[in-house]
Amino acid sequence: MVSDMDRLLEVKNLSIEFHDHDIPERVVNHFNLELSKGEIVGIVGESGSGKSMTAMAIAGLLRRHDMEKKGEIIFEGHELLHASRSEVRKYQGDDIGMIFQEPMTSLNPVKRIGWQVEESLRIHKPKMTKEERYQKAIESLRNVELEEPEKVYMKYPHELSGGMRQRVMIASAMICEPKLLIADEPTTALDVTIQLQIVKLLQRLNKEKQTSILFISHDLSLVKKLCNRILVMHNGNIVESGSTHEVFYHPKEEYTKQLIQAIPKLEKIDL
Amino acid sequence: MKKKLLKQPTFILGAIITSVMMLLTFIGFLYTPYDPTKMDSSSKLAGCSLAHLMGCDNFGRDIFSRVLQGMGNTFLIAIATVTIGVGCGILLGAFTGYFGGWLDEVLMRINDVIFAFPSILLALVFISIFGTGKYNVVFALGIAFIPSFARIVRSEFIKYKDMDYVKSARLAGVSDFRIIFVHILPNTTTVLLSSIMIGFNNAVLAEAGMSYLGIGVQPPDASLGSMLSEAQSYLFSAPNYAIFPGLMIILLVLGFSLLADSLKAR
Repeated sequence: MVSDMDRLLEVKNLSIEFHDHDIPERVVNHFNLELSKGEIVGIVGESGSGKSMTAMAIAGLLRRHDMEKKGEIIFEGHELLHASRSEVRKYQGDDIGMIFQEPMTSLNPVKRIGWQVEESLRIHKPKMTKEERYQKAIESLRNVELEEPEKVYMKYPHELSGGMRQRVMIASAMICEPKLLIADEPTTALDVTIQLQIVKLLQRLNKEKQTSILFISHDLSLVKKLCNRILVMHNGNIVESGSTHEVFYHPKEEYTKQLIQAIPKLEKIDL
Repeated sequence: MKKKLLKQPTFILGAIITSVMMLLTFIGFLYTPYDPTKMDSSSKLAGCSLAHLMGCDNFGRDIFSRVLQGMGNTFLIAIATVTIGVGCGILLGAFTGYFGGWLDEVLMRINDVIFAFPSILLALVFISIFGTGKYNVVFALGIAFIPSFARIVRSEFIKYKDMDYVKSARLAGVSDFRIIFVHILPNTTTVLLSSIMIGFNNAVLAEAGMSYLGIGVQPPDASLGSMLSEAQSYLFSAPNYAIFPGLMIILLVLGFSLLADSLKAR
């Protein structure tokens, strides 16, 4: 068990139901999670298993109407699930960052890269001068291994490749040095070599900055490489959880076994 | 693919016509060859000549001077109308589209009700309550123009509000207000710009229509619509009286239509 000191995030009994139709639809069912500082936890499962909804709930991005949310999300001792928007905003961006699946749509097409990377600084560190913000943004872009960050700073998203955009996303999520980074299938839309680079980058950031990462994916080989612990989700329920080694080599549930069998046999190549 | 604006013939033509019209309007504010309201009984319904480029009307007033002044009036009314329509439309559309929920339902139903009336009819009702005059026309037309802009902006906001970059802005702790106006609104400019141009055209036509009906700009001031309406009785004896104001309306609308078209085609 994680001691109180090290615990960053605790999700207790989270249930999410959609109420926008006549029959309520439960997409997440009694979800529990503990995440300590510096840990990387993976959530795996097929499409529609509720992984992304869980991530959105933790990030505080769920809609406020048409939806019933039960349970607790405790981030550093503060309950976030039922907190007011202004309360949640204090943590968003500053302590919690998130990167999305689709790098093509996760950057605003009409704003320059630099402007977007700086945005959370403008919100959370209003005292910073323009020059300081610029320096910080360049440093952040360099930190995600983008070449010539000064040039990238002045570009628009359509001028960058998918992998570069995803790096920009990571840079803007990491610029306030959040304690928790939620990565919602960050590699799904990228090709295999870039996937590996992104995973290595996340690993490095985790080591250097002690950022905890919640890594959501359906790519088990990446999860295996990156995560300390794994939760397997199916139809909104946690099917199995445990350390990566345990889940991969001694899976208890039939569903987990099937998932592992479904990995394309790329794992023979040592990643 | 996006085409370069300057290579599109429609854009070039539209830009030329519009800039000539703007120039004429601007000149009209500063200088007219004759006093547009000065009557001269010796040149009643005179034809085109070097002294009077477009001839004279039934009171002997110089039509060219009146066209210049009328364009200024029409232009100002159209711009003010569109400004009211666009300003309120953006606010209404942005908030309803972004937040949704019951407020959206209520406001959009009210919008539908206003939309169901033809804008001229709505303006007529308004004028009959508050009286005639330039400013009442602006106000009436402006209100009648709100719903169409609100709908356009709302549909754009619904499209953009669930984009990942909006989510990530929210996640960065950006306030709703800032997301609406700084993050989403710039994305809607292409659509908004072309509909503003179309709206401007409609406003020019609506003003002309209202002045034609005698409830817009009041005599002796000129507007393109009121001139057309006066010219009606002299259609056969002095066709130039009707032709020139009509031509100006056509050119003004054509220029902006071409611009709007080329912007939309991008």
